Amino acid sequence: MLEVRNIFKTFNPGTINEKHALNGISLTMNDGDFITVIGGNGAGKSTLLNAIAGAWSIDSGEIVIDGENITHLPEHKRAAYIGRVFQDPMMGTAATMQIDENMALAARRGKKRTLSSGITKKERESYREQLKVLDLGLEDRLTAKVGLLSGGQRQALTMLMAVLNRPKLLLLDEHTAALDPKTAANVLALSDRFISESKLTALMVTHNMKDAIAHGNRLIMMNAGKIILDISGEDKKKLTVDDLLAEFTKASGQEFASDRALLS
Amino acid sequence: MSFIISLLNSMPGAIAQGLIWGIMAVGVYITYRVLDVSDLTVDGSLCTGGAVCVIMTLNGVPMPVALIAAVLAGMLAGMVTGILHTACGIPAILSGILTQLALYSINLHIMGWGTDSGSKANLPISIDKYNLWVSSRYVRDLSLENPYLVLIPVVVILIAILYWLFGTEIGCSMRATGANQSMARAQGINTNITKVLGLMISNGLVALAGALFSQYQGFCDINMGRGAIVIGLAAVIIGEVLFSKVFVNFALKLSACVIGAIVYYIVIQFVLKLGLSTDDLKLLTAVVVALFLAIPYLKNVYKAKHVKGGKTNA
Ligand SMILES: Nc1ncnc2c1ncn2[C@@H]1O[C@H](COP(=O)(O)OP(=O)(O)O)[C@@H](O)[C@H]1O
Ligand SMILES: [Mg+2]
Repeated sequence: MLEVRNIFKTFNPGTINEKHALNGISLTMNDGDFITVIGGNGAGKSTLLNAIAGAWSIDSGEIVIDGENITHLPEHKRAAYIGRVFQDPMMGTAATMQIDENMALAARRGKKRTLSSGITKKERESYREQLKVLDLGLEDRLTAKVGLLSGGQRQALTMLMAVLNRPKLLLLDEHTAALDPKTAANVLALSDRFISESKLTALMVTHNMKDAIAHGNRLIMMNAGKIILDISGEDKKKLTVDDLLAEFTKASGQEFASDRALLS
Repeated sequence: MSFIISLLNSMPGAIAQGLIWGIMAVGVYITYRVLDVSDLTVDGSLCTGGAVCVIMTLNGVPMPVALIAAVLAGMLAGMVTGILHTACGIPAILSGILTQLALYSINLHIMGWGTDSGSKANLPISIDKYNLWVSSRYVRDLSLENPYLVLIPVVVILIAILYWLFGTEIGCSMRATGANQSMARAQGINTNITKVLGLMISNGLVALAGALFSQYQGFCDINMGRGAIVIGLAAVIIGEVLFSKVFVNFALKLSACVIGAIVYYIVIQFVLKLGLSTDDLKLLTAVVVALFLAIPYLKNVYKAKHVKGGKTNA
């Protein structure tokens, strides 16, 4: 499904701010894989997701989705295959546009945009139905500006938009980190549900080790731009937070850097 | 009493001028509010529109063709700015300034087309000799020559077209680009293209305003666009201050820009009649626009301080 081959990315090369963010990452994802990604702050988790999504070009290596080499495809073209939810709830939606208009934008991901109507009556009805799944009452506020919604509501909407036309790959980057615990749990449950119902292939970055263990069928740990641990199947089911911390120390030779990871 | 009469007398002219500059303000609204780009191309493209329209009319080209050519010239200017910004990575403001500067020379040459020197800073066109669509001469006449009979339908049709356009898939992707660029790209929108497109539409409207204004005043001048962006912003802001609470529909928001431009010219007439010199108009306009742009920001700063202070006191 997804094939990441030995990719490198250095930010600000040749300056004092030079940062080797990705140091030869290789990762093969099978159809239906749901991988959770953990690692300390600055490990390169977001950078990996951005590289796959095409936020900028990588220095070397290859990225292949379903046999198609997308390494040199611009971000907006890759969007045809990829659904994304960012950490910042403000990032994933257009605040000055209506809820239904935002969904209509997502529904046209990967399609040619023409001079036909930006949203049809029929679509609106189908969005109303789909919003009911979120259980946030948004189905009654179709024409409300998204800027009026709370962070949790916006993130749930972004989640729904990301899976609207069943992307080949779903990228979730700490998408519950900015939410209060209860809302975070709701959005996480929603993600789980969408992924299993539509049998999506997904990469989910989380700072919460328990979540990383409880969700998905495979777990990778990153440090200093490398994947230092890759566990799946039965091994992953038996994993504990202590195991992960021990693995981290063993593989990286240092204590796990993120205090946040230990909190819950 | 004579003050009021002379003010009333100047109203038809002020409103007509407002309608023409309202078209320009709608163009500014599209870049400044919809696309979230500050585009300074307009100071040049306004004159480009006027120059193209006037020189073509002088050379016997029918008015509809001259107007379309003016719009296309403005769109070309917008495209240059857009390409400088998106494909060449130059900040939008600077891209606009570069195009505007280049247009100064180009406009001189357009106006000087066919002359020996090949360059001219002012190009008169007489309503007596040419079939112009709008002229200030008839602004108080109750006749078919009255410019309102052209300006009002033109404004209404333009707003209708733009309302339709920004409701299409392409229009929605332009709005998304202005609202949240990273979201737009994540939804598969080529934000470079939407930005260039928006700049083209905006400058096409500005050039149309320039073409109409040249006819209205009976000449095209190399300096006619100086500070146009500020007048456009003034109109946009006045429209928002007056109507933002009631006008939520996009067509109404565009109409608010036009009304804003009309109010702007009425106010200008008022202060002129009060004795302000025309030389000081630009200073006044700049101060007023600066104030209105600063107020929302300063309000927030004040609020933030207030909230912080309240917390530490508690
Ligand atoms: N656009 C960028 N420009 C410069 N440096 C960046 C950029 N994005 C990430 N980095 C740097 O790359 C490293 C990895 O960042 P990131 O992938 O965001 O880490 P995380 O694992 O916490 O998500 C960090 O040191 C970060 O500062
Ligand atoms: Mg991150």
